[in-house]
Amino acid sequence: MAVTRWETTRLPPGLWVFAGGCVGTLARAALSVAVPDPSAGVPTTTLAINLTGAFVLGWLLRTLALTGSDRGTRRVVRLGVGTGVIGGYTTFSTFDVQSVTLLSRDHVLISLLYLVISLVGGFAAAWAGTALARHTAGSRG
Amino acid sequence: MTWVALSLAGGLGAWLRFTTDTHIRRRYQGPVPIGTLTINIVGSFLLALLTGILISHPSTPIKAIVGTGLLGGFTTFSTATVELVNLTEAEEPRAAAMLGGAMIIGGLIVGAIGLLIGTHL
Repeated sequence: MAVTRWETTRLPPGLWVFAGGCVGTLARAALSVAVPDPSAGVPTTTLAINLTGAFVLGWLLRTLALTGSDRGTRRVVRLGVGTGVIGGYTTFSTFDVQSVTLLSRDHVLISLLYLVISLVGGFAAAWAGTALARHTAGSRG
Repeated sequence: MTWVALSLAGGLGAWLRFTTDTHIRRRYQGPVPIGTLTINIVGSFLLALLTGILISHPSTPIKAIVGTGLLGGFTTFSTATVELVNLTEAEEPRAAAMLGGAMIIGGLIVGAIGLLIGTHL
């Protein structure tokens, strides 16, 4: 028997976060193995993961907020896809340890560049995602 | 095998993040969201500690499962940036700057301490 929407939305929210986190983390790990961060220089793979995740999360959360209340399937999507998949896909700890490691190896300029691009770029990406959501959700209704 | 464990560890990390953030939100309802900040600072310290301990064995499965999986899934970048955008839009640019600054500066400090302790353990 197919799981109905009623049953789906009654599962504990933490379960959706867990399942989404498995998927997002696997995607990040697979990308990092396929395209490893350079050993010296700006860690471009982690940077690309974090910036794309910031854009998608900005778009997703704003779209959900603009198109209805945080209940039922919409809440499952916010928690499973937003908190779980995208939250687990992006990472702060790896970014942080990469920055500290670059500093400890006297790559001060590269580390500063990485910090600034991540912070300013992450903010810009999340903002662009919300702007796109305002545009598309606005034109829909 | 390592991939399955890494993925499950990431799920566990994301669940811990969700649970921790929910608890912090229940206790502290100020204008600045401090849940993600706390999570990212704690997770960064632990990853730096682990990186320091395993400095001569960076490719061990434990590093991938606990570091990339558990702590990578526990901490998050995307939520932090969306919170900064929301604060800025709510006419709280100073709070956003302080939150972003605290995360970067605090992260660098605990990262350096964690790496230092880890390499000397």
